[in-house]
Amino acid sequence: MFINEFEGYDWDEVQSSIYAKTAADVERALNKSKRDLEDFKALISPAAAPYLEQMAQISHRITQKRFGKTVQLYAPLYLSNECQNICTYCGFSYDNKLRRKTLSGVEMLQEAAYLKEQGFEHVLLVTGEATKTVGVDYLRDAIRLLRPHFANISIEVQPLDEEEYKILAAEGLYAVLVYQETYHKDNYKTYHPKGKKSNFDYRLATPDRLGGAGIHKIGLGVLIGLEDWRADNFFTALHVGYLERKFWQTRYSISFPRLRPATGLIEPKVVISDKELVQLICAWRIFNEEIELSISTRENEVFRNHVIKLGATTMSAGSKTNPGGYAVEPESLEQFEIDDSRSVAEVKQMIEGNGYKAVWKDWEQFTMTEKV
Amino acid sequence: MDSLNQYNKDSADALIVAGKAFSSRLFTGTGKFGNHHTMEAALLASGTELVTVALKRVSMDGEEDDILQHLHHGHINLLPNTSGVRNAEEAIFAAHLAREALQTNWLKLEIHPDPKYLMPDPIETLKAAEKLVKDGFIVLPYIHADPVLCKRLEEVGVAAVMPLGAPIGSNMGLKTMEFLQIIIEQSNVPVIVDAGIGAPSHAAAAMEIGAHAVLVNTAIAVAGDPVRMAIAFKMAVEAGRMAYNAKLGTVKSYAESSSPLTEFLN
Repeated sequence: MFINEFEGYDWDEVQSSIYAKTAADVERALNKSKRDLEDFKALISPAAAPYLEQMAQISHRITQKRFGKTVQLYAPLYLSNECQNICTYCGFSYDNKLRRKTLSGVEMLQEAAYLKEQGFEHVLLVTGEATKTVGVDYLRDAIRLLRPHFANISIEVQPLDEEEYKILAAEGLYAVLVYQETYHKDNYKTYHPKGKKSNFDYRLATPDRLGGAGIHKIGLGVLIGLEDWRADNFFTALHVGYLERKFWQTRYSISFPRLRPATGLIEPKVVISDKELVQLICAWRIFNEEIELSISTRENEVFRNHVIKLGATTMSAGSKTNPGGYAVEPESLEQFEIDDSRSVAEVKQMIEGNGYKAVWKDWEQFTMTEKV
Repeated sequence: MDSLNQYNKDSADALIVAGKAFSSRLFTGTGKFGNHHTMEAALLASGTELVTVALKRVSMDGEEDDILQHLHHGHINLLPNTSGVRNAEEAIFAAHLAREALQTNWLKLEIHPDPKYLMPDPIETLKAAEKLVKDGFIVLPYIHADPVLCKRLEEVGVAAVMPLGAPIGSNMGLKTMEFLQIIIEQSNVPVIVDAGIGAPSHAAAAMEIGAHAVLVNTAIAVAGDPVRMAIAFKMAVEAGRMAYNAKLGTVKSYAESSSPLTEFLN
């Protein structure tokens, strides 16, 4: 289990070792062909800031080599905003007053039809954590209903047990995104004071359960704005390294969600600049040449226009973060404000303008038992 | 001039795979291009007659997929690949889907359960190849440069073998050179060097040692000018083949001017 490895590290020590990295450490990391965790520390450290353009060049080159001149597109599909957790940064937090909504099967199909029309083949189903309304049965039914309409289905929902993941995998679930939010165990408690999510260890062990259940892809990341993003990303890298060795048949992706303004919530404690975010993205790419790096519509147009060439491989477009937001009831309250509100067609045009191709479909279910 | 034409003809000696003749020994991929038009132009410039298409990228909902529309040229044959499958069972399923969707028995069998380095699984590949040959497919398996595995695959009836030069997309060149030479020496089916070829010189080197063809994707697709690079590869493959046919001189690491050890025999 990852927790055994995790407990061998001390947050403060990790943090100070990152800040102690020097220009020589950065140059050594840049000149290697395989980088280890110490190199990653150097690349995310303040000492690497003057090397940003050089990092961007390397990242650009190796991303193209691996992924070609392509950007994978997906759409989030919010199924529910019901949630029993209190998360101090989230618009769907239990103590936040808003009308709660969970899509019915008919409504899901309405939303799906809209997304299909836009061209999407990969969708990400999103819910809060409300076991009674959006438990594993609801998710199984949703996947069963939507599976014939999309080539690829991922979820971003509450952590489940391994057996529950197996049930969803049998329905054709491809990927699960589960962000640790922060690896700072003590402060994790203050952001998640109530609900099942307050259990740090259970959440930390989720990728282990996903690997055990044979899920094809696991998405990891931390919410940038809670704690020191450098230390948090070191722990994410540690986590990925552990998973890659243990679950070698699984694919991994990393996201970089920045805390966005949402109704009635905390202000970010830590702010990452655009320059630092680019440094972080490039550092990830240079450290792990094969990993998918995903950028959502939390980021603004200018940033997204440029980040395609800097290492990002996957993007959402035209996103709505409220259940029913596409077709059923577009006016309801969002989980967070999106910053790139361009249409899907406009984003596609931007990608092509960069000399890249938008890829809609990159998956086919190749199993006999589940395809009817 | 006549003799030059004669040589050019020699260099274009046909490659036969499963009874089908190919005048170009450069096979290509279709992934990683910035757009379909560039892809089409590069493939036409390369002179390729066999292009591989990832089935997972092809739309299966009945409408003809965009990518296929750019591959409708009389001399271009499709080679669907099973990229994305993790075992023999999935590969066999994918093969049947491919046959239905693309109307061809030809199949590039690739089973790489490791999504990081995309290393082919020899055990699952052999299992799947055996079944698919029985099901009437023309199977071209992507494998490690493993001479014994090549012989085992040959025994179950594959149409060619496709050993790797280096990890897919790595552009590292022929890291497996010594093993490729053994495979070429022993093989009764065409040997197509696939993966890792990052520069025309790598392709030429593979042809010089007697590979029957090479498959190139990344190096063309992500080049600054894919069309120009496609032409460079075409020329390199032809040059390599011509050099092979012309019989290369031996590389010597010593001088031969005198024979101090055996002179006394004269």
